[in-house]
Amino acid sequence: MILHTLIDYEILRVIWWGLLGVLLIGFAVTDGFDMGVGALLPFVAKTDIERRVAINTVGPVWEGNQVWFILGGGAIFAAWPPLYAVSFSGFYLAMFVILAAFIVRPVAFKYRSKREDARWRTTWDWALFASGAIPALLFGVAVGNVIQGVPFHFTEDLHSIYEGAWYMKFIGLLDPFSILAGVVSLSMLVMHGGAWLTLKADGNVRYRARRIGSVAALIALLSYALAGVWMAFGIEGYQIIGDYVTNGPSNPLHFDVAKTASWLTAYSDRPWIAIAPLMGFVGGLLTFVGLRAGREVSTLLFSKMSILGVISSVGLTMFPFIMPSSSDPQSSLTVWNSSSSHMTLFVMLVATVIFMPMILAYTAWVYKVLWGKVTEADVTDNSNSLY
Amino acid sequence: MEFGIVELSRLQFALTVMYHFLFVPLTLGLSILVAIMETVYVITNRPIWRQMTKFWGTLFGINFVLGVATGITMEFQFGMNWSYYSHYVGDIFGAPLAIEGLMAFFLEATFVGLFFFGWDKLSKVGHLVVAWLVAIGSNFSALWILIANGWMQNPVGAEFNPMTMRMEMTDFFQVLFNEVAQAKFVHTVSAGYVTAAVFVLGVSAWYLLRGRHIEMARRSITVAAAFGLASAFSVVLLGDESGYNTTHSQKMKLAAMEGMWETEPAPAAFTVFGIPDQEARKTHYAIHIPIAMGLIGTRSLTTPIPGIAQLVDQAETRIKSGIIAYDALMHIRKNRDDSNPLEVKRFETHSADLGFAFLLKKYLDDPRQATPEQVQQAANDTVPTVWPLFWTFRIMVALGFAFIATMIYFFYRASFKGMRFPRPALHLAVWMIPAPWIAAELGWFVAEFGRQPWTVDGILPTAMSVSALSMTEVTLTLIAYIVFYTVLFVVEMGLMLKYIRKGPFQDVEETDAWVKRHNERLTGRRNADSLAQPAE
Repeated sequence: MILHTLIDYEILRVIWWGLLGVLLIGFAVTDGFDMGVGALLPFVAKTDIERRVAINTVGPVWEGNQVWFILGGGAIFAAWPPLYAVSFSGFYLAMFVILAAFIVRPVAFKYRSKREDARWRTTWDWALFASGAIPALLFGVAVGNVIQGVPFHFTEDLHSIYEGAWYMKFIGLLDPFSILAGVVSLSMLVMHGGAWLTLKADGNVRYRARRIGSVAALIALLSYALAGVWMAFGIEGYQIIGDYVTNGPSNPLHFDVAKTASWLTAYSDRPWIAIAPLMGFVGGLLTFVGLRAGREVSTLLFSKMSILGVISSVGLTMFPFIMPSSSDPQSSLTVWNSSSSHMTLFVMLVATVIFMPMILAYTAWVYKVLWGKVTEADVTDNSNSLY
Repeated sequence: MEFGIVELSRLQFALTVMYHFLFVPLTLGLSILVAIMETVYVITNRPIWRQMTKFWGTLFGINFVLGVATGITMEFQFGMNWSYYSHYVGDIFGAPLAIEGLMAFFLEATFVGLFFFGWDKLSKVGHLVVAWLVAIGSNFSALWILIANGWMQNPVGAEFNPMTMRMEMTDFFQVLFNEVAQAKFVHTVSAGYVTAAVFVLGVSAWYLLRGRHIEMARRSITVAAAFGLASAFSVVLLGDESGYNTTHSQKMKLAAMEGMWETEPAPAAFTVFGIPDQEARKTHYAIHIPIAMGLIGTRSLTTPIPGIAQLVDQAETRIKSGIIAYDALMHIRKNRDDSNPLEVKRFETHSADLGFAFLLKKYLDDPRQATPEQVQQAANDTVPTVWPLFWTFRIMVALGFAFIATMIYFFYRASFKGMRFPRPALHLAVWMIPAPWIAAELGWFVAEFGRQPWTVDGILPTAMSVSALSMTEVTLTLIAYIVFYTVLFVVEMGLMLKYIRKGPFQDVEETDAWVKRHNERLTGRRNADSLAQPAE
């Protein structure tokens, strides 16, 4: 098979770096509102019927949304194996917590309304809350850690070793900057959940979701701005030094890396990337306004735009770094040294080009079929078949 | 055997994957059975078939969600507990997992919501299409997972790259059309179909014994028996195909399954019963069927099947060759910008055996320093523990034949005896419900335990594949899994039993009215309830 040489290795790597972003953003804008609704559940819905309204707005779609997460994991495994190996074993306990949340959440959705018992339902409601809020927070914490660099190194055989005691793989992650990043992601997804409920719910649930969602939008804007200032003055960046090739074998140890004063020098090298944080801010602001005014479709779109801006700002700022190593910069993972082989990237790209448009098309169709608000009357009338 | 991080990680993987596999087979089969029922509904327009679709669909949903949830664990676990494995073979192994997400999982997960919530939002045919998409999605999922698994058993289409210290794909189509993967796929989905057929049969038999939901139960049995009959035959025949493949791709696994310590003159005999003794390399009290094994394994009367002793000798040779490859690799790595063509040549000659040198890493860091005793020890390590394989395999096969017998019987009664079933047969069907799960788990065990000591056969030893984790972490997550999974299991079983006891609860009036009219038409009498006797 020589077909794969049609596209340069270097270009394939950049494409897969972009696709990694697409998957993360796809996950955040779809499953993000599921998590947001979970995190909002105890606050926007007080009675059983209100909770069922909130839950059923995401009831038919959370399962498909969650696949963005699973596909994200699979794509990292296939396209960036060293990243998969280092991050999943390095953030061991944090990963376990996220995993637990993603196991509990489907079960909670599906089983909550299968019994009448009030205690049964309250228990699952708390499970939905925790499994929405905790991963939403931890994803940001993980990004905060990646921005600062992660303490790991490779041996000559490319075994990855995470520095520090086992409990540091959870507690050690919770430094002030990473917690701030966690606040950004949590508030952003709560805002997104608020925008979703504004569109899909009505009555009390919608009213409360608008109020809380707009507060979350403000927090997201402020914490995102604060994180930017912090990165300008208090967080070191990384850069590749010396000669290097961008289409060579994927071996991090073939590169030399040093720390620099700040990541934000990227904005003077590539000024156009400022569009990403700009979208983050403008989208957040318009979401805030939209939630206050009670606009529906446009608010959700602005919320998505905000998420798109915030996530891509992280990737574009760090490019070509994916996961720098703070303890042994030479082990840092970049776009040029931690991808799959030329052929695998090509095969995976072909698969993506074939299937991604189909996925987007049928997902859009499903959302169209399910268009419209979930009301309390809907829940009462279909008590047997709804969540 | 000392119990270290490798054993603990293996235990965790085995527990979580076997737990996941409690839900998968039923999902595979029930998705299709439900789609078949809905097809009958759309064609005949009889409400009872819609009720059946919804009822079995509810049970499908309770099961499906745990399959999904516990599947995420599997995807995470490679990176969390087996990070060297992930690095070493991610270039090949990751691709089918990702394509599974793209092609299959998105499909089933996106449409499963519409299946449950779309009854009033879609046309009849539209909803039927959705049901089939869920079924197709689930089954395609299995295809890609088994392509990934098949590559671990028979690693084709890839080679080692000294520059990146990992295996890299050389031919995607070889990975895709790996004969082991294809045979495993059809065998595994057939096992799923049998599981669902036995499940539907057993639950329906329970209703008949109780005299409840008779109309639904009889129709369900008819569908399940026909579907189950075809699947039970295919699971056994295609299992045989899997065995035939094993003969050339994994000779050691086959020899261990059969307790074949020495190479026998062709055609070898099949050992029906015996007590394998690993120390003495003998099978005590063995009962043989002459010629049978040669026929099953090689489909010829003249090809010999190598025994364990001969395979250990071969492994020793390959370890020695692997040490040469390892030595050449070290030289190439040291002078990577200017490598000696002689070393490259030496590496290429021996690179197929590199994995065998890694078997020594368990005993010392540098395989080149190994003593002859250590080489011998590593060669002996290539033999998996025989007795569990020997026995699990035989129980699985026996269960396979039991399914065929059961399905033939019920198919016969349903087709030619007016759907009347004797009570003992119905009791048997109820007791049979756990059997396909046992068979499926045993099948998984034979395939994966039989691959030891390798994660990827002949390429990467299990002992080398683990992450650099502490015992504390892995113990902690293991305990958490056990607690967590036990709770979920109890909850799931509770709901499953609750909904089985409850019976069909949707569209009840409409269906009952139709059944009444239908029976009147059949018998030509008013108020006749001819089919309402529980059983003979």
